[in-house]
Amino acid sequence: MTDKARDAILQRLRNRQPGFDTPSQRVAIETPSWPMEARIAQFKSMLESVRAEVHVVEPENWTDCLKTLVAEKQINNLLYAKQGPLAEAIEAAWGDTLLPELVCDERPVDEWKEEIFFQTDAAVTSARAAIAETGSLVLWPDAFEPRTWSLVPPVHFVIVDGEKLYNTFAEVVEAEQWARQMPTNALLVSGPSKSADIQQTLAYGVHGPTELIVILKASS
Amino acid sequence: MQQRVDFHSRIEQALGNPQLKASLRSAMDGLMANRKACFPDADALEALRLRGAQIRANALSKLPQLLLQLEQRCTQNGIRVHWAESVDEANGIVLGIMREHQAELLIKGKSMVSEEMDLNRFLEAQGIECLESDLGEYILQLAGEPPSHIVAPAIHKTRQDIARLFKEKFPDIPYSDDVDTLTRNARGILRKKFYAASAGLSGVNFAVAESGTLCLVENEGNGRMCTTVPPVHIAVTGIEKVVEKLAHVPPLLKLLTRSATGQHITTYFNMISGPRRTGEKDGPKEVHLVLLDNGRSRIYEDNELVNTLRCIRCGACMNHCPIYTRIGGHAYGTTIPGPIGSILEPQKAGLDNLGELPVASTLCGACAEVCPVRIPIPTLLNRLRYERIRSDHDGATHGQGSGRTRKEAAIWKAWSWLHRSPVRYRLALTLATRLRKILPLGLGPWTRVRKPPRIAAKNLHRRAREEGFNDR
Ligand code: SF4
Repeated sequence: MTDKARDAILQRLRNRQPGFDTPSQRVAIETPSWPMEARIAQFKSMLESVRAEVHVVEPENWTDCLKTLVAEKQINNLLYAKQGPLAEAIEAAWGDTLLPELVCDERPVDEWKEEIFFQTDAAVTSARAAIAETGSLVLWPDAFEPRTWSLVPPVHFVIVDGEKLYNTFAEVVEAEQWARQMPTNALLVSGPSKSADIQQTLAYGVHGPTELIVILKASS
Repeated sequence: MQQRVDFHSRIEQALGNPQLKASLRSAMDGLMANRKACFPDADALEALRLRGAQIRANALSKLPQLLLQLEQRCTQNGIRVHWAESVDEANGIVLGIMREHQAELLIKGKSMVSEEMDLNRFLEAQGIECLESDLGEYILQLAGEPPSHIVAPAIHKTRQDIARLFKEKFPDIPYSDDVDTLTRNARGILRKKFYAASAGLSGVNFAVAESGTLCLVENEGNGRMCTTVPPVHIAVTGIEKVVEKLAHVPPLLKLLTRSATGQHITTYFNMISGPRRTGEKDGPKEVHLVLLDNGRSRIYEDNELVNTLRCIRCGACMNHCPIYTRIGGHAYGTTIPGPIGSILEPQKAGLDNLGELPVASTLCGACAEVCPVRIPIPTLLNRLRYERIRSDHDGATHGQGSGRTRKEAAIWKAWSWLHRSPVRYRLALTLATRLRKILPLGLGPWTRVRKPPRIAAKNLHRRAREEGFNDR
C-alpha cells in the first residue's frame, strides 16, 4: 500500500506547474556575538528566567560545587556515568560517606527501568556545548550518558565547559558541522520541564526534571 | 448546508458563553504581549520573517526531491518511512505497526496530524488504548473534547473546570484547584504510563532532508518520553513539513517559539535521527515515520494557495484574530481553527463542506502581519471566497462554485451592467433617490441589528451640480 501511495504522491507533486513565488531578497539576519563575560551573563540570565540554577565556577572547583549542591538538596542517590567524561573527577571527589550514594548501571535502561523511573533522585551528565542567546544546553546522549538520564530523574545536574559556550544555535550547527554527523538523538535543553496548559499558569516539573542545575566551568 | 447550520449554531453558542469569552480574551492578550516582548526590534523581526518565508517556500519549491532525500537519509539512519495518501491509510499503517508488536498502549505526544487522522478513536475501536500525555491534551482527553487551539489545546478551560474534572475521574486524589498540585498529580499518573507503554507517537515540527532528522519542539518533556522510553516510536507528519538543511532549522525554531508563546526557546528541542544504535543503552529500537498527504498535494497544485503549506503551526494567527478570540477554536469545527484553519481546512475538505470558513473573517489582516512565514492569509481567504462562487471549474480546490447562487450572480451581473455605462448609472441613481421611500431596506443580517441606511433625497452628482461644480 505504501509504495503505491508513495508513487502517487510524488507523481502528483511532480506534475504541478512550475512558477513558485519564492521571496528572493537577500536578508541579513543580525546575530549576536558577545565577548565571553557578556556571553556567560546572557546564558545565566536566560536560564534563570525559567527557574534553572546556574553556578559559574573555576574549572577546578566544579566538584566542590556539585558536592555542596547535592548535600543542600538532600539528594539520596546520584546517577553518574562510570565511563563518562566526568567519572574520574566525581569519584576522586566523593569518598566522603555523608554524600549521596553514587549509582551507575551500565546495562541497557530497559533492564533497570523501574529503578531509574521510581528510585533515582538525580543524575549528573556532561553537556557537549551551550548556547548563550537562549540559555540552552546542547546534549548528545551516548552509550555512557543515555537519553533518559537527562529526562527521567527529578533533578538533573549538568556540567558544561565555558569554552564550549556559543552565541547562538545557528553558530553551533555551523561550527560543529552537525549536518555531517547527527547522532541518533541531539537535544537542546533550556530549563526544567514546564507547562502553561492550565489557565496559562506556568508550572514546573511536568514530565521531565523539576530542577535543572547547571555548573558552568569558566576561569575568571 | 448542515455544516453551515452547525457552524452558525456553534458561533451563537460560543458568543453566549461569557466565561469562554473572558478566558479567551485574557489568554490571547497574554500571548500577544509575550510575543511582542520577544521581538523588540521591528526590523530584525521583519528580516527574520522574510528568512522564514524563504526557507519554507524554498522547501516547497523542491518538495518532491526533498521528500525523496528525506526518505533516503532516514532509511540510511534506520528510520522506517511510510507514505499515506489518506487518513485511512495512515491509520492503517499505525495499526499495522502496533499489531506487529502486539502493542496495547500507545502513549502520545502532541500531534495535530494525529488529530487530523482521528487516530485515538480509530485505534480504540481496534482495542488499542491511546493516551495523550501533553498536559493540555490529557485534560481534554479526560473531558472527551477536541483541542481548541493548536499550541494551547485546553485554553478554553479554567483551572476550576480542570480541578472538577480530575476529581470526577480520580476520586481518590483529593480535590485541588492549585495549578502546581494539579500538574504534580498528572505527572504521577502519566509517569506510570510512560513506564508501561509499548509504543510512543509524536508529531514532527521540522523534518530535515539532508540529515534525515525529525525535530520536535516542546516544554513538558512528554515528547521526549514518548520518543525515548517505549521500544517503538512512530512519528506522523504532513508531507509539507520537510526543510532542506539543518542550517534552516535555527531561524525557524526562533520564529516558532517566539511567535507561538513568546518564549525565546522551548525547554526541549529534540532532534531524532534514528533508533538506538548498537551499544546505546536506551532510545526506541524502532523509529517509524509516516508521511501523510491527505489533500496536501492538491493544495500544492495552485501557485497561490500553495503558500498555505508554508505554515509552521505556531498559532500566532489565531492569537491575534478578532474572530478566534471571540468564538474560540471549537466553533470552527475543524482540526485546525483560526485563520490558518479557515484557509487550510476548506481546501482539504472541499468548499462545499467548509466554504463558510473563509467568509468568517473581517479581513483585518492581523494574521498576515504576525505570521512568521508571511503567509498572505487574507489574500488566500479572498481567493477561496472567489473559488467558492466561480463557475468555470478551472481551479484545483474541491467544491468550487458550490456557494454560487443564481440570485447573487444575477445581482452582480446587473450591478456590473449598470456600472459599465455612465448614462445607465446616473439613471439608476436618480431612480433610487426618487423611489427611496418604497425601496426595500432589509439587508440581511446587517440590518437585523442595525438601523438601515436611508438613501438621500439628492444624490452627490446633483448636489455638486447645485453647488456650481461642473461635472463634465
Ligand atoms: S499561518 Fe502563520 S501564524 Fe498561523 S499558525 Fe501558521 S505559521 Fe503561525
